[in-house]
Amino acid sequence: MTTGPVHPEWPARLHVVTGKGGTGKTTVAAALALALAAGGYRTLLVEVEGRQGIAQLFGTDPLPYEERRIATTADGGEVRALAVDPEQALLEYLDRFYRLGRAGRVLRRVGAIDFATTIAPGLRDVLLTGKVKEATTRTEGGRRVYQAVVLDAPPAGRIGRFLNVTAETAKLAKVGPIRAQSEGVAALLRSPMTAVHLVTLLEEMPVQETADTLAELRRLGLPLGRIIVNAARAPLLTQAAATAPESAAGPESAARPEPAAGAEPAAGPEPAPPSRAELSAALSSAGLPADQAMVTGLAAEMSEYLIRERLEAALRAELAELGRPVVELPLLPEGPDRAGLETLAAALRSA
Amino acid sequence: MPLGSAPTTAAATLGCVAGHLTLDVDGILADPGVKIIVCTGAGGVGKTTTAAALALRAAEVHGRRTVVLTIDPARRLAQSLGLTELDNRPRPVKISPEAAPGGELHAMMLDMKRTFDEVVAAHTDAGRAEEIFANPFYQAMSSTFAGTQEYMAMEKLGQLRATDQWDLIVVDTPPSRSALDFLDAPARLGRFLDGRMLRILLAPARAGGRSIFQLATASFGLFSRVVQKVVGTQLLGDLSGFVEALDSMFGGFRERAEHTYRVLQDPQTRFLLVATPEADAVREACYFAKRLVDDEMPLGGLVLNRVHRTRVPALSAADSERAAAAVATAHPRAAAALRAHAALVQQVAREERMAARFTEAFPAVPVVEVPAQPTDVHDLDGLRAVGTALSPA
Repeated sequence: MTTGPVHPEWPARLHVVTGKGGTGKTTVAAALALALAAGGYRTLLVEVEGRQGIAQLFGTDPLPYEERRIATTADGGEVRALAVDPEQALLEYLDRFYRLGRAGRVLRRVGAIDFATTIAPGLRDVLLTGKVKEATTRTEGGRRVYQAVVLDAPPAGRIGRFLNVTAETAKLAKVGPIRAQSEGVAALLRSPMTAVHLVTLLEEMPVQETADTLAELRRLGLPLGRIIVNAARAPLLTQAAATAPESAAGPESAARPEPAAGAEPAAGPEPAPPSRAELSAALSSAGLPADQAMVTGLAAEMSEYLIRERLEAALRAELAELGRPVVELPLLPEGPDRAGLETLAAALRSA
Repeated sequence: MPLGSAPTTAAATLGCVAGHLTLDVDGILADPGVKIIVCTGAGGVGKTTTAAALALRAAEVHGRRTVVLTIDPARRLAQSLGLTELDNRPRPVKISPEAAPGGELHAMMLDMKRTFDEVVAAHTDAGRAEEIFANPFYQAMSSTFAGTQEYMAMEKLGQLRATDQWDLIVVDTPPSRSALDFLDAPARLGRFLDGRMLRILLAPARAGGRSIFQLATASFGLFSRVVQKVVGTQLLGDLSGFVEALDSMFGGFRERAEHTYRVLQDPQTRFLLVATPEADAVREACYFAKRLVDDEMPLGGLVLNRVHRTRVPALSAADSERAAAAVATAHPRAAAALRAHAALVQQVAREERMAARFTEAFPAVPVVEVPAQPTDVHDLDGLRAVGTALSPA
């Protein structure tokens, strides 16, 4: 069994993963491909920007233009990976639809492919998304080849244009096979078979960009998936506030800093920092030195940490208001190694 | 040039210095020989904030007439600089009245399309320019060409440089797929202009208006059949029109890009790499440093943003976690604090490992670390604080 019904919580065949640069969308895309392979399925992880981010993440040699296995799951599932190159995609396309093996090579020799993909990036994007569509819908012996395809897509700033293929090519090609091809791709991208997920961090700019990108994707009529918060940390002081007795807050909690500008306090328990006396008592009872330097240092760290935690609470609240399901992935202390990817995949599966 | 501010070139890197040099940001900002600072690095590392903070400091502390060219600033940062619209012209920023004498700051946001239009208008007559602006290929290329933004950033830099109005130009590079695109844009344009494809498309104009399909060379007959079949004649017509219209100005186009590239190689320029202590950002900084060293470009150093520090280095993560577990019931808030400290200590250690990837690979490239702030920078005071952090006494 390599494919089956869609995952109930991730009901799409093509998962487009985007986000602001630096939010870890490649890591999240890889974890999602692993998550959806669980159960003995086969998934495909695709990148389209020539960054070789997948190879770097898995510590392999650069990926060729070829689907190869990059990871397996304990229950017999496998993740294949593919780096789509626009030039190769064009040659393949020409060969498939026009049987132009030799002519394709001529095109390359005269620089036509470089030319076409340079002068008309919309055409390049049709080639890239066209290849993704082909893999998503491919069947062998009447069965789909991939349970799901996960696309490590261009960053949020370019995703609207990248996915809005018909509009981009319609400006250039009003009729003809390129137009037909882009309409086929657009039909898949706008169908329930596709979901566009947005990766963010609990930081101001990525959250703002998530809101902006969601609005853009909605306007373009593209099917929205989830908001995936990467590298999230548990709100330790808020959680402590839920369990701590009121009196233990101490006098210093009254002097805690104001929330950051623009940060609305979130509903629920207020994060509560420990008083110096409480820190001192705790350190002593744990057998650690409770000298003034230690207590002062920890208290100072806590006041900075508190600003962060309040800001993160406000950003969580902003994300919750965007009208899409939000899933949080934990910060990986050791970075996205194989074990880390498994942790993220497990979190995605249970989300 | 004073020795202390000599750019790091291949030669300097060969003489590997053990240990870790500190980047003298104030030395660069104060050096009248430095006219251009280019901030570059992966997306999301704080390039724009760094560029704005450097420019503000150059104006306020070092009294230089400074302009900062930003590419795609976050809305609130742009507002803090008084940039409310993308109008492609430097706008004065109200700096501190106590600024060093002569100090001025102007800021602008790059309007890629408008810059492209200006280049076209400068190289052709009005009628031809209108024809080019109306062509669908021009419209697509001027707003979406992968590399247009990089190329136009270079072009705008060249324009600002040519006015001779500024002591110092600080450039924020576009959020490219790869930071290298900024350097490669002119070369790519050159390849594009020299390409056989372009000459084939230009052939009818040069052959006295015959259709390109009538030009029969051995490979070309096959080629034209492919083109007709795949793209159709309407698209090809627009394409030939575009290429013909642009043909007249290509020479000037390319010359400008090459000139700007040479300016970037000159010691009047300093490249500052910007990164955060994360794997991807450091990897990108390493690629870029290697490229700059290989091309003998003047690499000033690395700005490492968002570096975390602990105030209690003596308390290890393991001890802190153990203590947190021991007091979890009696002192839940203190336990939370100890857990937060443990996470911070782990993060500091991880960041040090990441930073070492760069400093070990490029021991002669100086580095300055900017401590992580709990919130983003939204105003001039925030930028001043970053400027101060960039210049540790």
